[in-house]
Amino acid sequence: MYGLVAFGLSLIFGVLRIINFAHGAVMMLAMYATYWLFTLLKIDPYVSIVITGPAFFVLGMVIQRVVIEPNRFAAEHNQLLLTLGLALFLENLALVLWQGDFRTVRPSYANASFDLGGALVEVPRLVACGGAIVVAVVLFAFLKLTDVGKAIRALAEEPEGAMLMGIDVARIRAVAYGIGAGAVAVAGALVTPFFYVAPDVGESFNIMAFVVVVLGGMGNFVGALLGGFIVGLAESLGATLLPGSLKQLVVFALFVLVLLFRPAGLFGGGRGR
Amino acid sequence: MGAEVLAGVALGALLVAPPFLPPYFLEILISVMLFGYLGAAWNILGGYAGQFSFGHAAYFGIGAYTSTLLFLNLGVTPWLGMLAGGVLAAVYGLFAGYLSFRYGLRGPYFSLVTLAFAEMLRVVAVNTKAVGSSIGLVIPNREPAPLNFVFAGKLPYYYVILAMALGAVWITRLLARSKLGYSLLAIRENEDAAEAAGVDALGMKLRAMALSSFLTALGGTFYAQYFAYIDPTITFGPSVSIQGLLQAIVGGAGTVLGPLIGAFVLTPVSELSRAAIRGRAGVDVMLYGFVLILVISFLPNGIMGWVRKRR
Repeated sequence: MYGLVAFGLSLIFGVLRIINFAHGAVMMLAMYATYWLFTLLKIDPYVSIVITGPAFFVLGMVIQRVVIEPNRFAAEHNQLLLTLGLALFLENLALVLWQGDFRTVRPSYANASFDLGGALVEVPRLVACGGAIVVAVVLFAFLKLTDVGKAIRALAEEPEGAMLMGIDVARIRAVAYGIGAGAVAVAGALVTPFFYVAPDVGESFNIMAFVVVVLGGMGNFVGALLGGFIVGLAESLGATLLPGSLKQLVVFALFVLVLLFRPAGLFGGGRGR
Repeated sequence: MGAEVLAGVALGALLVAPPFLPPYFLEILISVMLFGYLGAAWNILGGYAGQFSFGHAAYFGIGAYTSTLLFLNLGVTPWLGMLAGGVLAAVYGLFAGYLSFRYGLRGPYFSLVTLAFAEMLRVVAVNTKAVGSSIGLVIPNREPAPLNFVFAGKLPYYYVILAMALGAVWITRLLARSKLGYSLLAIRENEDAAEAAGVDALGMKLRAMALSSFLTALGGTFYAQYFAYIDPTITFGPSVSIQGLLQAIVGGAGTVLGPLIGAFVLTPVSELSRAAIRGRAGVDVMLYGFVLILVISFLPNGIMGWVRKRR
C-alpha cells in the first residue's frame, strides 16, 4: 500500500526534482472525497475510484501549473517549502471545513475476513493490496509503452535533452504531477474502508512515503514498490518486537540509516547527494 | 541612518510600552518574541549556513523536557535546567549533524534526516512513562518564585523572552561579522568552492548546528515555564520545526533582523484570523500555508530581501 503512495511521490520527484510535502495532503483530500461520495451519494469506495482518480489527476495538473511551475527556477529549498506551504494550507483547509473528528467509511464488507492457513486475512486490506499492484502495473505499462510515458521518463533522465527533442516540458511536468496525484487518490480510496479519515491522516502516510521513496531510490518507480513492501514488513516486525507506537521508531531508524549509507536507495537508480 | 533611528524607536517601544498594554496584546507580543527567537535560532543554521533543518522541534523539546524533568524530579531550578537542556540539545544536534554532514547529506536530504531525528524523539517521548508519555507533563504549584522561573503575571515573562530574542539577534549580528559567519555564507553559496578555498565545512556547519540547537532548547524551557504544560506533540511535533523556519523565511533567511520581522508579521496575522473566525481550528495555520506559498512565489528572499532590493 505504501508502495502506491510512494510511487506517485517517486514519479513527481523523478520528473520535477521536487520533494513533494503536499503528497499526503492530496491523499487526505482524496480520502475525504471518498468519504463524502459514500456518505452522501452512497457510492462504494471502490467504485468511486473512477471519479476520484481522474478528478485528482486534473487537480494535480492544476496544482502544478498554478503553484509549482511558476517557481521552477527557484532555489531547491524554496520549492521544498512551497510544497510544505501547500500541505499546511490543504490540511488546515480540511480542518476548517470538516473539523478534526475521525470519520470512517463502513461498507457492508468492512469487517469481512477469512482464515488462510491460520492467519486472519481481512478482505478490504487484501483488495487494497491487490488494487495497489494492479494500478502499479498499469502505471508501469503506461510509462513504458505510451508516448507520454516515454516523454515522462525522458524528462526524468535528462531534462535538457528532453526539451531539445521537442517535448513540451511544462505539459509533461503537469501530467506527471497529475498522475502522482491520481495514484495517491486511488491509494486513498483503497484504504478508506479500513482506515479513519481526518485532516492530518495524510501526514503519517507522507512520512512513510518518504521513507519508501528514499529506500527504493528517488525516482526509481519499481524501487518505490519494493520499498513499500520493506517498510510494511519493518513496521509489522517493529509492532511485534516493541510496545505501542514504538514500531514507528524502527521505520525512522531504517530511514536514517538508508539516508546516511545509501542515499541513492537500496536498488540504485536514484539520484542521491 | 534612517534604519538605525527606526530600530531605536522600535526597541524603545518594546521596552517601555508593554506595562500599559491590555493582557491580550501582551500575550500576542510574547508569542511574537518567542517565535522571533526560535526563528533567529533556526536562522543561524538555515539562513546563514543554508542547511534547512526541518527538525528543530527536537532541540525545542529537549530543552522543554530537560528543565521540566530536572525541576519535577530533583528540584533543580529551571534556570539551570535551561542551560542543561541547551547543552543536551547541542550534543544531540552535533550527533545528528555529524552523521548527516559526515555522510555528505545536502539540501532536501538533510531536511528529511533532521525531520526523522525529531520524529524519533517524539515517538520515544510518547512511549516513555517516565516522561509522562502522551499525556505530557504539568508543572504544578505555580506560586510566584523568580528563582524557579515562575513569575506573577505575564509581564516578567515578556521581559525574559524579549531579552532572549534581543540576545539571539545580537548573537546573529556578531556571527554575521565573524569568520564563522563568512565561512557559513561561503558554504551556503557553494560548499565545494568554499572547501577548495580552505574552509573547514564540516567544522563550521557543526558549530552553527551546536549554536542553533543550544538556543532553540532555551526557547523550549521558556515555553515550558510560561505555559506550565508540555506534551510530545506540542514540543517534538513537526509544527514547532515549521514555526521556527517560517518566521525566518518570511522575514528573510540569512539576515540579522529577518526572523524577528517575520514574527511581527506572522503572529498578528494568525492571532487576528483566529479571533475573526472563532470555533474553527486551523484557520491560522491554513493562512500560514498560504502566506508561505505567496512569500516563496513573490518574495523569495523574504521581507528583508525585498527591502534591500528596493533601496
